[in-house]
Amino acid sequence: MTAAGLLRIEGLSVEFGSGDNLARVLNDVAFEMKPRETLGIVGESGCGKSMTALAIMRLVPNPPGRISAGRIVLGGEDLLQATDARMRDIRGNRIAMIFQEPMTSLNPVFTVGSQIAESLTLHLGLSGAAARARGVELLKAVGIPSPEQRFDAYPHQLSGGMRQRVMIAMAIACEPELLIADEPTTALDVTVQAQIFDLLRSIQQARGMGLILITHDMGVIAEMTDRVVVMYGGRVVEQGATRDVLARPAHPYTRGLVACVPTLEMDGDGEPADLPEIPGVVPSIWELQTGCPFADRCNVVLPWCRQEMPAATLIGVAHWVACWQRQEGRP
Amino acid sequence: MSANSRPAHGEHPTREALRMFARSPVAVVGFALLGAIVALALLGPMLMPADPFDIVAAPLSPPSFQEALLGTDQQGRDVLTGIVHGGRATLAVGLSAALVSVLIGITVGAIAGFFGGTIDEILMRVTEFFQVLPALLFSMVLVTLFTPTLMTIALSIGAVSWTATARLTRAEFLKLKELDFVAAEHVIGAGKGRIIWGVILPNALPPLIVSATFAIGTAILFEASLSFLGLGDPNRMSWGLMIGSSRSYILSSWWAVTFPGCMIFLTVLAVSLIGDGLNDALNPKLRERR
Repeated sequence: MTAAGLLRIEGLSVEFGSGDNLARVLNDVAFEMKPRETLGIVGESGCGKSMTALAIMRLVPNPPGRISAGRIVLGGEDLLQATDARMRDIRGNRIAMIFQEPMTSLNPVFTVGSQIAESLTLHLGLSGAAARARGVELLKAVGIPSPEQRFDAYPHQLSGGMRQRVMIAMAIACEPELLIADEPTTALDVTVQAQIFDLLRSIQQARGMGLILITHDMGVIAEMTDRVVVMYGGRVVEQGATRDVLARPAHPYTRGLVACVPTLEMDGDGEPADLPEIPGVVPSIWELQTGCPFADRCNVVLPWCRQEMPAATLIGVAHWVACWQRQEGRP
Repeated sequence: MSANSRPAHGEHPTREALRMFARSPVAVVGFALLGAIVALALLGPMLMPADPFDIVAAPLSPPSFQEALLGTDQQGRDVLTGIVHGGRATLAVGLSAALVSVLIGITVGAIAGFFGGTIDEILMRVTEFFQVLPALLFSMVLVTLFTPTLMTIALSIGAVSWTATARLTRAEFLKLKELDFVAAEHVIGAGKGRIIWGVILPNALPPLIVSATFAIGTAILFEASLSFLGLGDPNRMSWGLMIGSSRSYILSSWWAVTFPGCMIFLTVLAVSLIGDGLNDALNPKLRERR
């Protein structure tokens, strides 16, 4: 736990509903980030990736959801203790976020310029010509051609890739310390995806931001991230440096994810190799969990996996896994 | 439609809507009709400065070119002068009552839809309370409690007719508040007031503008009903007042009620035609069929 950390999350739990309808969508999530680091969060739909991002922004929909335990420390300040006014000041200013769907993330009735300027007005007090000049500069920084004209364009006049660039411009407007990108390219064409990732990487390096990249694509994780957090069923099952996790995946779920990446290799009879799959589906959040959430789909399940959740064990340099296979003995 | 194949052309949505509006014959007819009626109400009294309460001929004289072009009522007052002078009161009450109703409706609906939960429950029960009250009866009570002036009449009509706007606004807010661009506003740290009035409301406006237009028509009919029942401002000539005071003579002297009645009919028709035109122009589903 270095003092120079950018973000530290400890024991974060998020619950929805109450009583008989209680669902724990995040369970004891913990990880940390250094400044300028790119952290990948990977997992299937419904594993809690996006909920983790919302929790960091303190935007878990309430009711019915609430953060029931944990600490989210950004640069020494626990966000869960911050007042609502303080939180509004932090959002967009110190933490920014980009969504998956650029077609719907921009307000259709205002120009993209006025939407970029809004953040500048809210946090930096810029308005009028100053906000416009800064907005045009931002549009230029995200690689939008003729930014002067585009500043006055409406979202429907821009392509999906352009809109995602505008979203990135809005997100970096106030020079945040941390940028959360929630599947930023899922809705875009493959060629545009590569451009957006290149842009994110160059912006991150130029501005020294921390970047949390939420994705379900192990290829993106390998390409973009320094560290990776693998989530399953609302829990962190494995985390470590990306190259360690990809080279020596310790959790059976991570092994499955790594094996699922398609390759162009052929098998013995000259046909493309069959793509392995992880059998089963993500357990419903409404099912009461005892033990490891992955037990039902695991190919190396042990009898006590269903009884108790294994603790995170250190198996390498800052490489943690929560699996009974890697624990000494049994409960 | 692929995200990247969309041509980067287009025009301001408001200007596009105006163009659509101007292309619709129904809307243009309504607009011209309403324009003529408003011009009559604003300029008419200057061209015909006579007091509409003055007696000009024998009571219940039929329309004639010698005395009164549209006849006189049972007190001998000129129907044409009454129509020209009565337009102002009718239109003023109609517009301001619609304004009051839309302001209350949007505020209640926006707050209920945005916050949801207990606030929504309470506001919707209040709305239902106003919905089940007989609106005319309730506004009659309100008018008789206060002195009937244009202001109190407009307020009392507005106070009983905001429920439909409130429900419409709430439905739009429930739909819009879940959209990504609203989430994006939360993410950049915008406050609730800014999100309600500056982000969601502008997106909810097209159906609300249409509803406000129809509200004007309803308010005009309402004002006429109140005047007909003798609850209008007795010192201001209005079309409803003219119909109300001559209603007993409808069989013997048709002109005293028919001409002001036609004016109300034409005004409400014009407003409805404009509302239809706006609906076509502002509804994105219809717009794409161009």
